[in-house]
This record gives sequence, structure tokens and C-alpha cells, in this order.
Amino acid sequence: MSEQPVVPDRVADPWGRRTPYPAGGNWPTRVDEHLVAGVSADQVRQWVTSACVLCSNGCGLRIGVADGRVVGVRGQAGDRVNRGRLGPKGLYGWQGQQRDRLTTPLVRAEGGELVACDWDTAMNRVVARSRELLDRWGPLSHAFYTSGQLLLEEYYTLSVIGKAGLGTPHMDGNTRLCTATADAALKESFGTDGQPACYADVDHCDTLVLHGHNAAETQTVLWARVLDRLAGPDRPRLVCVDPRRTEVARHADVHLPVRPGTNLALLNGLLREVLHRGWVDHDWVAAHTLGLDELARVVADYPAGRVADICGVSARDVLAAAEVFGTGQRVLSTVLQGVYQSHQATASACQVNNLHLLRGMLGRPGCGVLQMNGQPTAQNTRECGANGDLPGFRNWANPRHVRELAELWDVAEETIPHTGPPTHAMQIFRYAEQGSVRLLWIAGTNPAVSLPDLDRVRRILGGDTVFVVVSDAYLTETAELADVVLPSALWGEKTGTFTNTDRTVHLAEQAVPPPGQARGDLDTWLDYARRMGFRTRSGRPLPWWSTPAEAFAEWQRCSAGRPCDYTGMSYQALRERHGIQWPCTPDRPQGTERLYVDGVFNTDTDYCEDFGHELLTGAARTEQQHRATAPGGRALLRAAHHTEPPHGPNADYPLRLTTGRTVYHFHTRTKTGRAPQLAEAAPAPWVELSDVDARRLGVVEGDVVRLTTPQGSVELPARVVRAEPGTVFVPFHYGQRASESTLDGGRTHAANELVPTGWDPVSKQPVVKVCGVRVRRVGAGTGPAPAPELGAARRVVVGPPGATAAGGDRPCT
Amino acid sequence: MYLNTCLRLLHDAEQRLAESFRQVARGHRAEADLAALADLLADQCCDHLAELAPLVRRYREQPTDEPERPPLAALSGVRSGPLGLVRDLQDLYLLASFVAITWTLLRQAGQTIHDAEILHAVDWCQAQTDEQLAWLRTRLAEAAPQALIAS
Repeated sequence: MSEQPVVPDRVADPWGRRTPYPAGGNWPTRVDEHLVAGVSADQVRQWVTSACVLCSNGCGLRIGVADGRVVGVRGQAGDRVNRGRLGPKGLYGWQGQQRDRLTTPLVRAEGGELVACDWDTAMNRVVARSRELLDRWGPLSHAFYTSGQLLLEEYYTLSVIGKAGLGTPHMDGNTRLCTATADAALKESFGTDGQPACYADVDHCDTLVLHGHNAAETQTVLWARVLDRLAGPDRPRLVCVDPRRTEVARHADVHLPVRPGTNLALLNGLLREVLHRGWVDHDWVAAHTLGLDELARVVADYPAGRVADICGVSARDVLAAAEVFGTGQRVLSTVLQGVYQSHQATASACQVNNLHLLRGMLGRPGCGVLQMNGQPTAQNTRECGANGDLPGFRNWANPRHVRELAELWDVAEETIPHTGPPTHAMQIFRYAEQGSVRLLWIAGTNPAVSLPDLDRVRRILGGDTVFVVVSDAYLTETAELADVVLPSALWGEKTGTFTNTDRTVHLAEQAVPPPGQARGDLDTWLDYARRMGFRTRSGRPLPWWSTPAEAFAEWQRCSAGRPCDYTGMSYQALRERHGIQWPCTPDRPQGTERLYVDGVFNTDTDYCEDFGHELLTGAARTEQQHRATAPGGRALLRAAHHTEPPHGPNADYPLRLTTGRTVYHFHTRTKTGRAPQLAEAAPAPWVELSDVDARRLGVVEGDVVRLTTPQGSVELPARVVRAEPGTVFVPFHYGQRASESTLDGGRTHAANELVPTGWDPVSKQPVVKVCGVRVRRVGAGTGPAPAPELGAARRVVVGPPGATAAGGDRPCT
Repeated sequence: MYLNTCLRLLHDAEQRLAESFRQVARGHRAEADLAALADLLADQCCDHLAELAPLVRRYREQPTDEPERPPLAALSGVRSGPLGLVRDLQDLYLLASFVAITWTLLRQAGQTIHDAEILHAVDWCQAQTDEQLAWLRTRLAEAAPQALIAS
């Protein structure tokens, strides 16, 4: 295949030209490139090593620099993740970094407005408040809420400041919204976090099952890889579980459009079939797992007919999906937000692990589970402990793990918070609401758009119970509510590493200086720590490092001997080899493609990251209980019964609202909304209604409808799509700014205005994918809804009466 | 033989526990996890009541030392604030502990007289009560530092 760059239009075609390949083949290279108008490749002075930070794929790329400015990006041909390809966000999203940037710190003045100032003024204000609160109330008065988009070096440094400097358990990332359930399910089943499979398994599989994973829109380059297998000589079979008729569903052999909130019932049904039809590797299960009897007892209650009733799909399709899964020889399953952000998230994600455990299908080429991440650096948030966990997948309830860290950091064991699990994001906001978290530092995330029940979130941030510090590159909806705003450098303006969803570590080097006084979050947090005067027991400043390379070296020491071992890597190796997968040790410098190849899991009581939970309530298991079951390296088959979602539909709110990400945008659009191609491709929010519901409500394409839940209401233009009736979809990227150019000016259109506060009992991930909603037509719109003509948002083609009835037709391939 | 007494004690205690879980679900709505979970646990108590009903009927004719003072009352309303939440959960813990130990008494009696129906009921209901206790311990342990030190 050609390695000459192609200059694509990734808006019109997000996945690009097909490069088909057979099972076991190498995915062909196809280099995508985008340069700003008027700049040609020979004018680029420097191509700087990096990787894309606009989804969890982490595609290797180079940043083109001319005249001290980023002028474009080119996919990295030799990179194992993308082989040169870039998706729409990767190609165009970086341009959003060149607009509307914060260039000075801001502090809230007497009159209530934010005014520009220098770093000393801003930091003195933060430190004065921090000291005062620490003296009076102790470390529980401080909380940090960060991101899935910072770099490893930043997360690890913050983690050390929080745990060894301040000593607060109140630290989380917005990874709580995207990937906490992947983390939790991996811990429950396998003993620690850590992605079992890898992207190369797409090359080898003969069967693919995507659970609530709209890969075509969330990870376009991964989907291109799947499309190339589907177009190749030995096409893998594809099962899609998704309430919407996504691009994945269109290509699927079996599509199960389950009612939002019913994943666990479906998965229990699939497990039952696997057991009943004898698709179980009994020897492997006996040698490598615990808990089969209990699992079999629970799933026995889920025959296909009952599953069909609960999930709103046909029993025949449930059986067909089970057969595809059960008879595949090399099955790869993936899981994402359709599971993680829905009801009974951890319990459901564990059942996908269980399906693979029953078939002994892990750790071999083409056989495995990808519990996906949402954000590009979410894996680092988790492994470094910026999600509150102890770094290196250590167990807060294991005194030996706490001691290891105390020695590593040269602080007293008591300093490191370990009275319980870290405080998750929603609980941090609750403490802030009650006034016991008195300083909340938010970095690189926009909770005033992304959290459920936004009215409440804005009330908390804007109220006077908590002093809010926001580190961000833009004056976001959240920054507008802060007491102090600190301007941050972004990707390409600082150096560091990050790890994608299949454990591939990339180096992202600085290409250009940050604008104005903006600086990297590493520098900001080190500045805070120095001003606070944190010290080790022997009197050294804590943290004692100051550059990204030093922070990386310290992290390597922390990771040694743990599942996420980085000790065999270096910036130089990452520069030369592009992506390297952890664990990577001096005797395995090439890294590790798959975990658990020997069927030995991280469940030893002294090694594991967590002693586990009851899936229904989240009741924690004790060390004693864990030791008594003696898992000793065997995986745990955890089971749970389906329950009705607490905020599900009822007589007043009869439809099911689900929310999600779409192909052209990321998170709350802080970058993608400022990239012209992406902003134009999906400029404003919409609501997807099934053609059946639309007819019943008297709604046609483009009409404005009002959605109402007990939490609030929004008005949006309707996109009428072919889908199962009863389910309504709203994209979750859009905040207040989205509405300025549309409809009713000023009013917010955030999907999260509608979503009640609630979370999974184990992973504490907020549930934003199932709540009851009422839909009413408000009036005619001004043309079709501003939704892309693509994927699940594709418009119903109006035909003769009856021709648009939902379901029934074969997917196109 | 005081099986009747034991069954009634258990029935009453499950009823009070269900009621108390509902009160916590309603009264602590701002704690989003409690609102959903406490209702779910109240439902479990109601399932236990349905399981107990035929047993209570079967042994109704036996002597009992009733009327007696109810051992533990249901919550008479919820408290407010972080400490109030901890105190309410503590009360739930007391009620659930009483239920759990009474299931143990019933198991002992059921085993002694080889009553399969009793043993079946004990088998799954007691397991759920134990999980309720484990959840209350988990939730209380998490809430305690903030409520006792930082509020």
C-alpha cells in the first residue's frame, strides 16, 4: 500500500478509503494528512512526534510546524494503532486550540467579575485559601476533579501532591463519566485494572461483538480497521448491541436494539445459552475461574423468551447472537458507553468478561475483551491515581501497598488516605454542596456541561460554599463560575506521555509554545506544591521533580512490579518506536501485546487492586472474605440479576431518553466546536426520534420538540430516524454556547439538563443513558435538523405509507 | 415451642426495616445513591415478607408469649445533614442486624424440626439481609470521615 499521504475529506467520509485485508494479515498502511489552506508539505519546517488526544484510540501522528505555529497533522505510518490513518477529530480538531485561548490567570474581583492578573496574584490567592482551610479543617476540605485528557506526568504529580502532600481522598477525573466501569469490571473479574486484549485482535478474530459501542462514531480509526476486515476475504461475523441503528448496526449480522437500561438481562440470557448449548471450555473454566455454580444459578432465570420481553428484542435474535458468539473460534468483544453509562453498568460489563471466561477465550490472537475507554488519556488517570485510586493499581485496603507508597514517597503511612475507597466525582460535588469540601480544583474538564442535573452543578460551583479553582485552556461554562482561573497549555504545547485504551503508550512532544502566560498543568501543580511547602520526611520538597522526564522516571519507579510496569520504556524508545504497550520491563522492552496469556489473573489477595463488591449494591468485600475464597490467580465469575432502572419510563414520562457522543465532536466541544470543519458538520444539537414515535406525536423532520423529564426540559429540532419506537437520543456535547445561533438564544440545550443524578453502585459512574422522558411538538422548524446525514442520525427516507415501519429489513453490508 | 414467636418477631422486624429503608430513600433524596438503593433494599424486605407469610400462617396456632414490647422501632423520620445521614444509616444497621440474627434463630429451629419450607426461606432471605448489612457497613465507613471530621 502507498505511504504517500492522502489529503482526505474526513467530514464527508469519516472512515476513508477501504484497504481490505484477510484474517491474520497486517492492516495496510494509509497515511492521512491535513494542512491548513495555503501551506504545502514542503513548507513544514518540523514534524514533531505525538499522538491524537481526541478519543481513546490514541492514533500516532506528527504535528507539522511552520513559522512557530502548528499548521497540520500527518498520521504516523508505522504506528501499531492507526497505521497512518486519522479520523475527523484527529485531522481537524487541533485547530480549535488556536482560538479563544486563555492567556492570563483570572481572579474574581470585588464586583463579582473575573479580571486578568499575573500568576503570583492568582497562585497567592489559591495558596492563602488552601492553607487557611488546611489549618482549620484538614485535608478533607480539599478536592480535585480533573480529566481524561491530561498527560501521565501531570496525573502522577497531582496524585502525589493529593495523597502525600495534602492527604485527601477526594480526587477524581471526568474518567468517572467515561471509563470508571471498564476499570471496575476489570478489577472485579481479573483482580486489577488492565486491558486484556489489544487492537491487533481485530486482525485475527472471526467474530466481533460490540456491546453499546458505537465504534464508527466514537473511534473512527478502529472502525476503519473493522471495515477493512469486513471488506476482506474472510469477513468476521458481527453482532451489534445498541438501541440505535448505528453504522455498526447497519453492518451487523445480528443487531439487538435493546431497550436502554436492559443490558444485564440480555447478557444473562447470552450466558445462559452458552451454558445450555455447551459452548463452554469446561477444563479451562475449572482451572482458571471461580464462581461457575453461582453464575449458572443466576443466569438460569433468563431464557431467551424472558430476555426478549425485558429487552424489547426478538427471542430469535437473542438466540442468533448467542450462536454467533458461542460458535466463533476467535471472538473479540468490545464494550463502551452503552453499557458503562447505563443501568447496572459494572454488573453488565462483568458479564461480557464472563462470556469470554466461559469459553476460555482470552489472551490469544483474536480472542479477548476490550473494555474500552472513552477519553484519550483515561488509562493514565486510572493507573496514576488521579481517579483517586492508589497509583500502580495498588489496593487502598492492603496495608503493604500503602507502605510501599509511603516508602517510595518518603512520607508517613498515615498521610496517605486509605480509610476507604477514594471519593468519586458525584460524591465530591455532594460534599461541596453541603459545604464540607471547601476548595475544589477542576482541571481540564467542564462539569457545568458534562455532569447530570446541571442546574444543581451550576448552583454548587457558582455558590459560596466552595472556593473553585479552574485550570483550563478556555473560559468554559465551568471557568466562568470559578474564583480563580489558571490558563493551561494544551497538547502540542507541552511534553509528556499518554496511554490509549489498548495499553499503547505514546510520547507527545511539545511543538509550539503555549499562548501568553498559559502553562502546563505539571508546572501549575508543582508551583502550588512549592508554595504550600510540602516536604518528605527527610525534608526534600515534595514532589522533588520538576520536568516531565523526571516525572516519568518517578512514575516508572512507582509502576515497577505492578501490572502497568513502565520500567522498560524511555522517551527515546517511544520516539523511535512510536507506540509501546505496557507492561514493558527491561527484560521485555518490546512491551506486551496481550494480558493473561497463561490464564493466570491478578486476583492473588496480596497482589490484587480490590477485594471486590457485591454487584447489586456495591457492598465491599473484605480482605478476609477475599482470602477465604483463595482466588490465587483465578478469574472471578461475578453474577447479578437484572433490576428495573430507577428513573426509567412511567405513565408521565413514557419514552426512554438516552444520550451519547457523535462522530464530529468530543466531550463538551471545547476543541472540536472551535475547529471549522467539525463545527460546521454538526453545529447545534438535535433529538433523534423514531419514525413511529414521530408519527404518533405529529412530528416531522426539523420540527421543534420539547423534551421534559422530572429534572428539566429542553427544546430541540427533531431528526426523524429509523429506530425502535420508544427510545429518544440526544447528543451530550452541547452546552450553553450551542444555542446562541439557534432557536431560543441564551437557553441551554445540554442533554444533561434532563438527566437525573444517579450512579452505578460499584463503579460510581453516572447513569446518563436511561431515564423517562415526555416529548411534545412545539412548532415547525426552519428546515431539517442540524444533524449529520450519517450513522444513527441518518434521516428516514420518506416512502409510501407503511414503508418506514421500524425494524424488519436486513442491514446493508 | 415458640416458633410462632420467632416468625412474628421476624415478620415485624422485616416490616420495620422495609419502612425504614423507604423513609431513608425518601428523606435523603439528595444522596442519589441512597434514593435508588434504599428502595431496592426495601423491595427485598417485602419479598421476605411474602416468603414469611405462609410460614406465619402455618404456625399461627402455636402458643406465643405476645403481646411483647417491639424490640426495635422503625425510624420515626429522617435526620438532616451529614451526621444525620450517618445516624440514620446506623439505625438501619441495628434493624438489619436484628433481622439477620432472627433469621439465624429461624434456621436453627427449622433444622431441628426438618422444615424444608423454613430452610428454603432462610437460605435466600438471610443471604440478602447479610448483603444489606455489608452495604450499610460500606456506606457508613465511606460517610464517616467527612461527617465526623470535616463537617
